[in-house]
Amino acid sequence: MRTPRSAVIATALLIAGVLLSAQTPTGPIKIGFLVPVSGPYAQTGRDILNGFLLLLDEIGYRAGGREIELIVEDTEAIPAVALTKARKLLESDQVHLMAGGLLSSTGYALASFVDSMQVPMVYPVVSADDLTQRLGTKWIVRTSYTGSQPNHPFGEYAYETLGYRTIATIALDYSFGWESVGGFQRTFEEAGGRITQQMWTPVSVHDFAPYLAQISRDVDAVYALFLGRSTLQFMRQYQEYGLKDRIPLIGAGPTTDEHALPFMGDEALDVVTALHYSAALDTPANRAFAGAYRARYNKLASYYAESMYSGGKWVVAAIEALDGRVEDRAALLKALQDAKPEGLPRGPVELDAYGNPLENVYVRRVERVNGELQNTVIHTFPRVSQFWIYTPADYLAQPLYAR
Amino acid sequence: MVAPDAARVRLASSGPGSIPLNAWRLAVVLILGVVFIAGPPLFSSYWVGLLTQMVILAILAMSLDILLGYTGLPSLGHAAFFGVAAYAVGVLATSYGAGFWTCVVGGLLIGTLLSAAFGLILAHVRDVYFLMITLALGMILWGLSFRWIPVTGGDNGISGIPSLAAHTGFPLEGPVAFYYVTLLVFVVCAGLMTLIVRSPFGLTLRGIRENEGRMKSLGFNTWLHCYLSYVIAGAFASVAGVVWAYYNGFVSPTYLDLTASSELFLMVTLGGPATLVGPVLGAAAIVLLKNVMSAYTARWLFILGVVYIVAILAAPKGVWNLGRRQ
Amino acid sequence: MTYLITQTLNGLFSAALLFLIASGLTLTFGVMRIVNIAHGSFYMLGVYVAYSVILRTGSLLFGALVAMIVVGSAGFVMQRFFLRRFGADPLPQMMMTMGFALLFRDGALMIWGGDPFTLQYPPGLSGSMEVGEVVFPLYRLFVIFVAALVGTALWIVNEKTLIGARLRATVDDPEMASATGINIALLSGLVFAVGAALAAFGGVMGGPILGGYPGIDFDLLPLAFVVVIVGGMGSLKGAVVGSIVVGMIDNFGKALVPELSYFTLFAPMVLVLAIRPTGLYGRA
Repeated sequence: MRTPRSAVIATALLIAGVLLSAQTPTGPIKIGFLVPVSGPYAQTGRDILNGFLLLLDEIGYRAGGREIELIVEDTEAIPAVALTKARKLLESDQVHLMAGGLLSSTGYALASFVDSMQVPMVYPVVSADDLTQRLGTKWIVRTSYTGSQPNHPFGEYAYETLGYRTIATIALDYSFGWESVGGFQRTFEEAGGRITQQMWTPVSVHDFAPYLAQISRDVDAVYALFLGRSTLQFMRQYQEYGLKDRIPLIGAGPTTDEHALPFMGDEALDVVTALHYSAALDTPANRAFAGAYRARYNKLASYYAESMYSGGKWVVAAIEALDGRVEDRAALLKALQDAKPEGLPRGPVELDAYGNPLENVYVRRVERVNGELQNTVIHTFPRVSQFWIYTPADYLAQPLYAR
Repeated sequence: MVAPDAARVRLASSGPGSIPLNAWRLAVVLILGVVFIAGPPLFSSYWVGLLTQMVILAILAMSLDILLGYTGLPSLGHAAFFGVAAYAVGVLATSYGAGFWTCVVGGLLIGTLLSAAFGLILAHVRDVYFLMITLALGMILWGLSFRWIPVTGGDNGISGIPSLAAHTGFPLEGPVAFYYVTLLVFVVCAGLMTLIVRSPFGLTLRGIRENEGRMKSLGFNTWLHCYLSYVIAGAFASVAGVVWAYYNGFVSPTYLDLTASSELFLMVTLGGPATLVGPVLGAAAIVLLKNVMSAYTARWLFILGVVYIVAILAAPKGVWNLGRRQ
Repeated sequence: MTYLITQTLNGLFSAALLFLIASGLTLTFGVMRIVNIAHGSFYMLGVYVAYSVILRTGSLLFGALVAMIVVGSAGFVMQRFFLRRFGADPLPQMMMTMGFALLFRDGALMIWGGDPFTLQYPPGLSGSMEVGEVVFPLYRLFVIFVAALVGTALWIVNEKTLIGARLRATVDDPEMASATGINIALLSGLVFAVGAALAAFGGVMGGPILGGYPGIDFDLLPLAFVVVIVGGMGSLKGAVVGSIVVGMIDNFGKALVPELSYFTLFAPMVLVLAIRPTGLYGRA
């Protein structure tokens, strides 16, 4: 029997239609988001999420012609839980890409999983140095910074501009602390300074008296790395023990970051720190972001909040570049790596060859403006790399900053 | 001085022999058996992963049951041996590049030897003091995992443990294959533990739990029995720890902190101590609850607290012991 | 020398705070033989409630009072309607306190959010005392003083009042005590409430220095356990001595042997438990 021509044409059209619709997917773009939502880090996880939600609101949850569906899972800041939730997001929810992570331990735990599953993941906060150095994770796009990154220029600044020659350091005893202090120490000592005392406090400590009593009175400054409730406590106690009036306090950015700054008092005034962001950064992009964030969440924007706002812009830029075709994961990864999103609150950012941002580092001093504490930017180091001024080869030849 | 009865930890008794399963319990066991044995090839790998976690934690829970349920020694630090064995695997596999069997034996050995050492100083302690000393030892080991950075990597833990397939050389790729290996380990462990609790040794343990004074006057060396119970529990916990290390591919201090030990404690006590089956159910239920609930609400921790309270009110001797005579 | 004085004073401060935290726990255990896993939660709720009150009234004292009443009541309800159902069986009671600890933790997150905070100093106490080279915060001296007062008050109630006598009778022999007409149920509830209120008070006292944050409940709980173990469960004198021993060892340990910072607290606990499980002043 001869097949009627109309049937052939219909079949051909049908096949073409099926093929075409497979080429232009119309379902939502699913993004899996992993942060702690419960437990001690819940607020920080929420701040990161809120930054992302602010951005998604701004773009109406649409990019590249498709809707965006956000699926949030709680990591509890426990690596094994993060891994389980990541599996769920990938296999049950079938997300196209993932984002999130807070602690370095989560970052490391997810890294090999993400690489083995070959799905792109954006790390907006995780700052473990080695992830974009020796570990060479392929599928992770880090949009934040490395722990040592802002501290390299800051070490020089402390010596040359602030004029300090001897410094005592006190920091939380874990990788973030080691990497912050390590970066600072390296450039400070190379410039000619000396770290005379190095103190490490257990992460769970809440009474710093045993350590504060040991600080020698004749150092030029104390460099501190604390965050969350520990920086609140530390600042209080630094003043309690009379050190505030005698020895200038400087530190890594998180020590005065806006997630804790509003809850501090005068004890935080004049503390100088360095980070790739400040809510007080006076640029149109940041004023818009910080204003919108405060209007919506009634809080000062911290670097956590900014992290996934910018991270979100990154994701959106990649989706737009692909016209919404995110199903090809390798292409999505490349788009993320090549993206050059504009109007980020923190300033211009692009990724280096190792997948870590090249961005401004701001030196900030805490001041009270209009009755509120803020991190006033007093100096900018432009386009700072995770390797500072060293060549990657030289830098990587040195061991990772450790205790 | 023997503490007044009110002060002793009282737990469900399974009686001198095994109580005949009633229809309800039989049905549960059958259904779960089908799900756990035949299910995995049909499930998505996320669910296979969850089942694998349930099985591994079931081994761990059963090990605590021997100590807590059968011997009446409440340990709030049992996750420590689980964690130590996992760390042994992690260290041997990554820092020393050891082969599979070395890692497994190393993990089991180190966990068991540690419990043998600790047991010497706590096998004479009872009740709430036992609770406290195990809590303290657990915290010390956690502190060690945090501080002994050159070996344990500190808070970052150790990643890069090779997969089972890569490390053994057997064709064991994929979550389903791993699951069945885990299930096999579980069956072997469950079988051994059942033999132990039904043996004269196991009966003596129960006697000690009920009335240590009487057992002593009957001539039993209760110290030795408690010590051995502790070591055996530690050994089986180490088995679970070794498998967990391979499952996740990394180790972290969170494997042995107070939260981990507390959750483990609840798995046993809510499931039904001194039954071996109860803790298995407890482990499965808690894994399920935590993962399913957190997908729907950020308030899952609150709900979990409520569930614990309701479960304790409804089944103070554990779910599996509901309806049993004392 | 300066260093020695400062560390000693700080050891006393740690002891004072530990005493406030641990006294409630030891009381509870002495009477009811249960380990209250939610004890750290009472501390946490204390500082959170005080925070809310102080935001509105500016008074630390008022904040402390309200915190004690609120948390004490919560403790009473918890004991009377939930824990008491299990009579003398300590295990389900302990597990229930675990469940409550989770409730309190997430509840606090829901009500207050997760941002950390510190309480303001009472007026006049925010400065430091400087004697020669030694600088020591006034507020910490105040806490030492207050803890001593509280300890004395508790001792007086325990040793010199009728209710204290009833309490001691109940601790020694609950059955006999009940037979002599003491209302064990009410007494247990009251003791638990007082224990909770003490923990809450500790939270407020520690507020200007440690503040409040999610996780403070489980951060401080092991500390309370260490003191009660070393001092002996159920003994007020033990709580005093235990706090001082632990406070001193912790401070000097962290200063002299910082490598062992994590262990300075738990090593004494393990030692005591291995050698004399009932602690320095406890009874079997």
